[in-house]
Amino acid sequence: MNLGERCRRDFPILSRVVNGRPLVYLDSAASSQKPASVIEAVQRYYETSHANVHRSIHTLGEEATELYEGARDAVRAFIGARGREEIVFTRGTTESINLVAQAVGRTLAAGDEILVTELEHHSNLVPWQMVCRDRGTVLRAVPVLPDGYLDLDAYARLLSPRTRVVALAHVSNVLGTINPVARMVEQAHRAGALVLLDGAQAVPHLPVDVTALGADFYAFSGHKMLGPTGIGVLHGRREVLERLEPAWGGGEMIKEVWIDHAQWNDLPWRFEPGTPPIAGAVGLHAAVEYLGKLGMAQVSAHEQALTALAMEALGRIPGVSLYGPANPEMKGAVVAFNVEGIHPHDGAAALDLHGIAVRAGHHCAQPLMKRLGIVGTLRASFSVYSTALDVQRLADGVAGILGEL
Amino acid sequence: MPLYSTVIRDRFRRPRYRGSIERPDVSGEDVNPLCGDRVRVQARLDDGRLVEARWTGDCCAISAASADVLLEMVTGQPAARVRELTPESILERLDSDIRPSRMKCVALPLTVLQGALAKEATP
Repeated sequence: MNLGERCRRDFPILSRVVNGRPLVYLDSAASSQKPASVIEAVQRYYETSHANVHRSIHTLGEEATELYEGARDAVRAFIGARGREEIVFTRGTTESINLVAQAVGRTLAAGDEILVTELEHHSNLVPWQMVCRDRGTVLRAVPVLPDGYLDLDAYARLLSPRTRVVALAHVSNVLGTINPVARMVEQAHRAGALVLLDGAQAVPHLPVDVTALGADFYAFSGHKMLGPTGIGVLHGRREVLERLEPAWGGGEMIKEVWIDHAQWNDLPWRFEPGTPPIAGAVGLHAAVEYLGKLGMAQVSAHEQALTALAMEALGRIPGVSLYGPANPEMKGAVVAFNVEGIHPHDGAAALDLHGIAVRAGHHCAQPLMKRLGIVGTLRASFSVYSTALDVQRLADGVAGILGEL
Repeated sequence: MPLYSTVIRDRFRRPRYRGSIERPDVSGEDVNPLCGDRVRVQARLDDGRLVEARWTGDCCAISAASADVLLEMVTGQPAARVRELTPESILERLDSDIRPSRMKCVALPLTVLQGALAKEATP
């Protein structure tokens, strides 16, 4: 039994029937399903240990704090960060990126440049547009080539002493392109820029070592990696976090407060105002344990095999066009495609009739859609619990779409 | 069970009111934030009545069918009557159960037409 078939049994939702057919869940890039161990960890936390963290001087408070901070240690180890002070919990990738945009944005001046790419998710684009609006900075974008890769020559040309921030997806949420981020980080650092990597589509699917990648910031979400919604992570290099002012104020992020000023707390709490998503962190801890037991190299190999299988099966269907790198080894666990003459939303609705859940539309990447000259795509995406049978049912469903309309 | 009603499938395959008008009195376009679809509607008015209307757009079968039945419904009607139309009246013509997530697809052509008429009404 391969990894997908073994894992399936751990995910209660996968036994659901949708529209009279067994569910085929191929929308994991939008949000993954949760194994029983994650669901149980969150439930156990609420049933036995819930209280507010850090300053509750009672048993439950101590337990909740221990669980919350324990999750931080687990995440640190999972992504290879040097210390727990580098792990900031947020509500998700979007909040992580906004945190950096706010905190770093304040240090920028008119004429400074922020470099993004054409394949960014809106969450790694709009926050930087807002910085430009507020600070007079200039937004530049690395073009995407027709084969789905970034134009690295253009990247080298666009980097200049004016470039203060490079914000870039590790893995494209549409094309699946795995960008050569280690090398791009090095180039950006040589130009004197800070680098933020959007790892929302990478951490759930690939072994990620943030220290080896060397980016100043690395953002990702819990809910795409088998964890609960409402929990995310910002990894920041200690030296960089130390010299940044906090993005937002509130309780928990201070050491001492007077009526007219306050002294900031230590890292990482300085960046975590208010009551944090404690249950989310507990669930994320369980998710990280689940993935850790499988081994991310095995997860990656499993999903890459499915990606290759799906590209082959879909590519054989007349009228189907695939987007992104043709080599599945250069791709994350997503396959974007269209069926000639069929709007992606109609395609997704047709597949749903057969119990098949895929994403359809612009995938929060409208500039990329504009570059590709399309309104949207269908997108099948995989996780640990995806199987060859899922891919087969997808291909059968897609082959039948034209008949539905 | 087919995906969409016969009306939707028929209008998607063979739209009657798709096209453009050379010198329209009113025109408008808008985008469905759900999918980025763009629908454009043009019309000619005579004495406060819509005498000709056409739509174009890269859009899903629901939006396409909605635009097509809408323009059939309004052709020959006074503009004032068009302003009172609701997405429900189109839904009835489409003869299909539409999920809440796709109601924007039904409503978009009407929103565009009503917006265009409102623009025309304000001097």
